[in-house]
Amino acid sequence: MKKQVISDGRVKPKKDIWTVVSIAVLCLFGLFMIYPLAMLLKNAVVNQENKFTLEHFFKFFSKSYYFGTIANSFKVSLSATILALLLGIPLAYFFNMYEIKGAKALQVIIILSSMSAPFIGAYSWILLLGRNGLITNLVKNLTGIKLPNIYGFGGIMLVLCLQLYPLVFLYVSGALKNLDSTLLEASENMGCSGAKRFFKLVIPLCMPTIIAASLMVFMRAFADFGTPLFIGEGYRTFPVEIYNSFMSETGGDTHFACAVAIIGIVITTVIFLFQRYVNGKYKFTMNALHPIKSKKIHGIKSVLVHAFCYLVVFIAYAPQMYVIYTSFKNTSGKLFTSGYSLKSYTDAFSKLQNAIPNTFLIGGSALIMIIILSVLIAYLVVRRSNGINKTIDVLSMIPYVIPGAVVGISLVIAFNKKPMVLVGTATIMIIALIIRRCSYTIRSSVATLQQIPISIEEAAISLGCSKMKAFFKVTIPMMSNGIISGALLSWIAIITELSSGVILYNYRTTTLTIQIYTYVSRGNYGIAAAMATILTVMTVVTLIIFMVFSKDKKITF
Amino acid sequence: MSVNISIKNAVKKYGNLTVISGLSLDIREGEFFTLLGPSGCGKTTLLRMIAGFNSIEGGDFYFGKDRINDKDPAKRNIGMVFQNYAIFPNMTVRDNVAFGLKNRKIPKDEINIEVEKFLHLMQIYEYKDRMPENLSGGQQQRVALARALVIKPDVLLMDEPLSNLDAKLRVEMRSAIKEIQNKIGITTVYVTHDQEEAMAVSDRIAVMNEGVIQHIGTPKDLYQRPANLFVATFIGHTNILDGDVFSEDGKTYLRIEGSFILEMDNILSDYRSENSVKVSVRPEEFIIQKDGEKGLEAVVDDCVFLGLNTHYFAHLDSGKKVEIVMESEIDSTIPKGTKISLGVKKHKINVFNQEGSKNIVSGVRNDLGE
Repeated sequence: MKKQVISDGRVKPKKDIWTVVSIAVLCLFGLFMIYPLAMLLKNAVVNQENKFTLEHFFKFFSKSYYFGTIANSFKVSLSATILALLLGIPLAYFFNMYEIKGAKALQVIIILSSMSAPFIGAYSWILLLGRNGLITNLVKNLTGIKLPNIYGFGGIMLVLCLQLYPLVFLYVSGALKNLDSTLLEASENMGCSGAKRFFKLVIPLCMPTIIAASLMVFMRAFADFGTPLFIGEGYRTFPVEIYNSFMSETGGDTHFACAVAIIGIVITTVIFLFQRYVNGKYKFTMNALHPIKSKKIHGIKSVLVHAFCYLVVFIAYAPQMYVIYTSFKNTSGKLFTSGYSLKSYTDAFSKLQNAIPNTFLIGGSALIMIIILSVLIAYLVVRRSNGINKTIDVLSMIPYVIPGAVVGISLVIAFNKKPMVLVGTATIMIIALIIRRCSYTIRSSVATLQQIPISIEEAAISLGCSKMKAFFKVTIPMMSNGIISGALLSWIAIITELSSGVILYNYRTTTLTIQIYTYVSRGNYGIAAAMATILTVMTVVTLIIFMVFSKDKKITF
Repeated sequence: MSVNISIKNAVKKYGNLTVISGLSLDIREGEFFTLLGPSGCGKTTLLRMIAGFNSIEGGDFYFGKDRINDKDPAKRNIGMVFQNYAIFPNMTVRDNVAFGLKNRKIPKDEINIEVEKFLHLMQIYEYKDRMPENLSGGQQQRVALARALVIKPDVLLMDEPLSNLDAKLRVEMRSAIKEIQNKIGITTVYVTHDQEEAMAVSDRIAVMNEGVIQHIGTPKDLYQRPANLFVATFIGHTNILDGDVFSEDGKTYLRIEGSFILEMDNILSDYRSENSVKVSVRPEEFIIQKDGEKGLEAVVDDCVFLGLNTHYFAHLDSGKKVEIVMESEIDSTIPKGTKISLGVKKHKINVFNQEGSKNIVSGVRNDLGE
């Protein structure tokens, strides 16, 4: 599809401060994103003696031990995606078509379950269904039956699906809100109603959204690192392989790890481009003049619909509730004992040292940088479209396709020797977080600015403002809602980030998620539960602030 | 202080596409001047060139003696009202109006006096502490106007300011705008595609089509003696008929639709023997002949009674459809299917050359110049 580009006839902006900003942003992207990725690529195609070779790629593809990880990742991501669709689509349909009692509260819980760090989900399922899990033991004691193993393929799939179905729910709900109720009425009028109408009309109309959502879910499942690390055990997936080959205690092979990372980027890029292509091709605009009004339902139908909704939401969130519950249990050493106390919390706080201040310091600095970058990039992309700024726009999407572990590895490789030694500093953690999480805020700022008519700025200029002043006095205040809601989502993603941090941290720069990870892997579940609860509280508080600030209460990913 | 605006050979290009080539225009000091034309004719483009938001690819723009081509829009001292009002949603009504004065670093008490004066003038004083989202469209329009006028601009530019209002409010606001403009006497350039609105507010109108000005004149000039066929059809309703002009015995005759012959005394001397012309007869310029007087033969297809006037839709022998407007009479209307004979008010009708590019009747006043 070729678009004819006609200039809009506006006065071409002169070379001013914004040109400097463009170049500065481009340099930052170049230094902290392109350069590390280039180093990654370089390391992937040379051997120890610095000679060009493709042996690492051959090694990966020739041994099923390595190559199998891709197959495993595909299998588990695909199953998780299908399951997420099977949960998310009916849930969205019921929520929009029928009056569900307590719908608002359920919706908040659905959003919450998508916001927690995936590895906490994994860990809480271990608490419930693991070898020594609550339900495992309960069933064993009551019936003597040994439940099937949670570890491996089934566990990863379960955790990822319950973690990611909210994405499908939110996407499809959005599409259903744009569906005009007269379309449904027309279909009913022509004798097509109920389940038939759902498959013949509703699903096809929502298809573009469903495809977009599935690709999004697939990509996230594919790049997820924490879940398979905890619950995967023998089932080896691709992101864990990247991590292991880099961090292996028996002296990791950096070059091989780089090659694996490059393969990872290629795969996620292909998925991302495919998503964009599908999005562009099948998008059609729907605009509901008469949005669907949810109907009251009665009898057996009502019971079934309610049962489905509550069951899904409960299963998805119960493990987290259980983590919170266990955080109040008495502990002795690593074991839970009967009775309740705040011992886990006192232990947690004494062991956390500077993890909470670090979370705020590192996360906060990253967030501030993200906000500044987003506002500047949004202005450059929307109001100053030119070659450089179009490049910046494209570059700002790259983080979507780099798995967290890869960000970590590429930064280590790029900044572990002179002239710029950043490894082990808080700076490198901040940079990693910015790269990982800026996309949310950039996208929401760009979207907000696109909705602000340029005539508002022109009005300010015709009333005697300079361009810069017009931007700060009029445009930024108008953007603030979009910026804040984007920033809050970024903040949640920052405090739950694990995959890049776990590669980059050292004892001085541990954060809350890294501490939780450490204590879970040591089997110190009481302290881990207390820390996870603190993290959940932080997430919930952020989400509440988001709900207050964001007018349309729409969450975009 | 108000100024005159003069534009010489303006050129506008969008990429390789030239949308305005060599347009010249003089707008008098203190006049209400309207750029009128169908959408895409270049009127808003021209206005934005005057405002400084669109680049100028050629020609000279003057405010008085001051060439403004390269002047920063912030320094042109222009008041501008936008189609979507462009009210700052994060400021109260009062702050919106005071915005321009604050940028001019005027002492605070002076700002307050001026702002209050214009709030009163635009009758929005009681809303001064409201946020714009709590105002109706008409009230927002008044805020936009107050904000543009309070800075005492040399020129007021208005880009389709009424197009977002409902029909009743539009009529109300256009009288308000006209009244304020009269009171302040500021040179005003107004852009609209609504010819009725243009007629109602303007001192003079420039009709534009495809980047070219067709006719500049008062509303009356444009309606009664349009410079070409485009202006005749764009301003008001009209019926276009085919005809030819011939001379006999020193007299000039117009034959309409090959049958009806009229003696004309106002055809320009160069055009007294044209084989083919276009005749523009407005609905009210037809006369339904009584008592078998000669005229254009027609059959009534339909009749619509609208109170003051009655509209007849009829077709001629040639099959061409025409619309006729008669003042409503107390006796019954003419029933469908009735054969009638149509005369015309020959001092009112306009005759154009075959291409429709020129009115060949005398009395055309066009400030565009030839």
